[in-house]
Amino acid sequence: MSSRRFAVAAGAIALAAIATPALAQGAVAAQYRWLTFAVFGVIIAITMYVTYLAAKRVKNVADFYAAGGGVSGLQNGWAIAGDYLSAASFLGIAGLISLYGYDGFMYSVGWLVAYITVLLVIAEPCRNIGKYTLSDILAYRNNPRAARIVGALSTITVSTFYLTAQMVGGGVLVKTLIGIDYEVSVAVVGALMLAYVLFGGMVATTWVQIIKAILLVTASILLVMLVWTPYGFSLPGFLQDVVGNKNVQAQVALLLGDAGKNMTPEQLGQRFLEPGLLFKAPIDQISLGMALVFGTAGMPHILMRFFTVPTAQDARKSVIWAMAIIGGFYVLTLFLGMGSAMKVGAVNIKAIDAGGNMAGPLLAQYVGGGPDSMLGNLFLAFVAAVAFATIVAVVAGLVLAAASAMAHDLYVGVIRQEHVSQQEQVRAARVATVIVGAMAITIGILSKGQNVAHLVALAFAVASSANFPCVLLTLFWKRCNTGGIVLGMIVGTVTAIGLVLVSPNITYPLAIKAAQEKIVATETANLAKANADLAAATEAPAQDKLKAAIAKSEKAKSAAEAKIKEIGSDRTSIVGLEKPAFDLRNPGLISIPLGFLAVIIGSLLYRDKRSEDMWDELYVRQNTGLLLAKPVAH
Amino acid sequence: MVDASQVDWKAIDSRPEFQELHRKKMGFLWGLMIFSMVYYFLLPVGAAYFQDLFKVKVWGPVNVGILFALSEFVVAWTLAWVYARRANTVFDPMAAAIVREAEKAMGGRK
Repeated sequence: MSSRRFAVAAGAIALAAIATPALAQGAVAAQYRWLTFAVFGVIIAITMYVTYLAAKRVKNVADFYAAGGGVSGLQNGWAIAGDYLSAASFLGIAGLISLYGYDGFMYSVGWLVAYITVLLVIAEPCRNIGKYTLSDILAYRNNPRAARIVGALSTITVSTFYLTAQMVGGGVLVKTLIGIDYEVSVAVVGALMLAYVLFGGMVATTWVQIIKAILLVTASILLVMLVWTPYGFSLPGFLQDVVGNKNVQAQVALLLGDAGKNMTPEQLGQRFLEPGLLFKAPIDQISLGMALVFGTAGMPHILMRFFTVPTAQDARKSVIWAMAIIGGFYVLTLFLGMGSAMKVGAVNIKAIDAGGNMAGPLLAQYVGGGPDSMLGNLFLAFVAAVAFATIVAVVAGLVLAAASAMAHDLYVGVIRQEHVSQQEQVRAARVATVIVGAMAITIGILSKGQNVAHLVALAFAVASSANFPCVLLTLFWKRCNTGGIVLGMIVGTVTAIGLVLVSPNITYPLAIKAAQEKIVATETANLAKANADLAAATEAPAQDKLKAAIAKSEKAKSAAEAKIKEIGSDRTSIVGLEKPAFDLRNPGLISIPLGFLAVIIGSLLYRDKRSEDMWDELYVRQNTGLLLAKPVAH
Repeated sequence: MVDASQVDWKAIDSRPEFQELHRKKMGFLWGLMIFSMVYYFLLPVGAAYFQDLFKVKVWGPVNVGILFALSEFVVAWTLAWVYARRANTVFDPMAAAIVREAEKAMGGRK
């Protein structure tokens, strides 16, 4: 790609980012918004420069998909950490800890343990036998056509779910932080991501991940230092202050409701460090854990990372580095979340974003000197810019995975049966990138205002129930064959999606209606009481207080009524259910065993000469890496 | 150029050296895997069904639950370190020896 074309595209994106119309109110005060843009600009400029350098290095298809296998273990470790510390995990977990204490922290453990699975049974064998994609692994000993089709479809499905969640999350984040319109935010994220992938392929995507991961970790360490230093880096000292903090106690009292009425402030504070404030259904928590620890190993964009290093040893080294970085980061989230719960307070965190996602950035603003200080806003801008870069980089990795499935697996592998020149393959990859990118932006804009949490659950459910059993059994089970792979992919995907569609993740109009009607009833009662009190009240201050309460109740009542009206005569969810038919939010507990069972049954029922013949070759190669750097005859 | 069809994979697979690598590696990998899964799932199970134990304070406000969650990190890192050590000192040299033998055999055939 010529550098002139790159410069033109980069300029156009920069213009689009600056000429953002209609600035609404965000977390950053208007007089400091220029500061936020300056910090955003610097970080975008750095990543663009890296992409420009990378663009010169993308000459063939291996460069585009796998950075020519020239990434070192340490570099890849940072890039994996970058892929993983998505906005959901970085902003989301600090937020959950700030609102729910212990349960939020429990969340982060699963994200690290997931890498044990990747390290032990996935990374090295995949590096030894694969080329660019998930389908390459599946196609090795199974019928290449069938394996590529199911592998590519699953990759596109998982990537699209995850991608949409990231795009919507990113749009909301940028809107909340600096008040740019949602549609513009999504378009800017999409355009930047396209620039990275299109021009720099995997080389640029990897470097953007590395830069972003380093910035993220640096920012977090700095914040934790500032928060923890006053306690002389003592864990009990820090937590003692959490327990005694008024903000924390108030939040726990709010969460517990009646159950917390008879507790002392000290007990309320201590409750924040105990399990049970967020997770009410234990079995669901276990099911989520299964989806995390097995789903990560089936995520196409994570698998793809192992094809960028030259050897299995580097693949191993990169997972170990990634575990050190990701684990270290998640330990920091304990201090970020708890610190934010104390210093900023749940009320202020929820005022900016109900899900708590702004806990980290707001803590940055606080330690810098608060909302009215220059330094505080500089810190906030920095953390916000890093969060923005995070979303762009994660989206880039996902788009690359989906585009590779489309171009490499479906177009080159299935339609053209490998009779494609290098230049044509790179061109196909770029065309697929534009298609996926355009799709991502469109879906992102269309999903405005949707609850996308279930999309992340879906992505992990499909990856753990379909991809993981297929990859694991094709690598380690001699009898596994094409029949098993195809049946496993279908059963795993269908049960995972099917169970989520009938689960409590989906919107049920009747349930919402009932909840809103309850609000209307409560507020009507409140109004009646307040009006009666007002008639009896004689003193001016008491009257004013009652008038304010009446206004508040009226507002809440009309909001609830509007919601009921919006639902109208809808009675059922998108699949025609009045209430959830399946109680778990995460289907892993059921769908993962079913996925494994389907691969086993399919393999036993089907006979496939090629799968049997290729077993020795696959097994020797995945264990020894024999012939790895040499041309492969396929 | 050597390609996959020129290698006698079955012969390598049945070599005692390869069988030994296979046996050692599988036992070790699945052992670690099962241990890590059991240890990990103790956390959600404990948080759900053994809350009284998790609430016991042991170090100022620090309770068993927090220490157990932190221990998950230590255990994950230790497992990674143990695996890396074993792979570097045992599996890699064994695999390298098998590759050397195989390459010698291929060279001899040409």
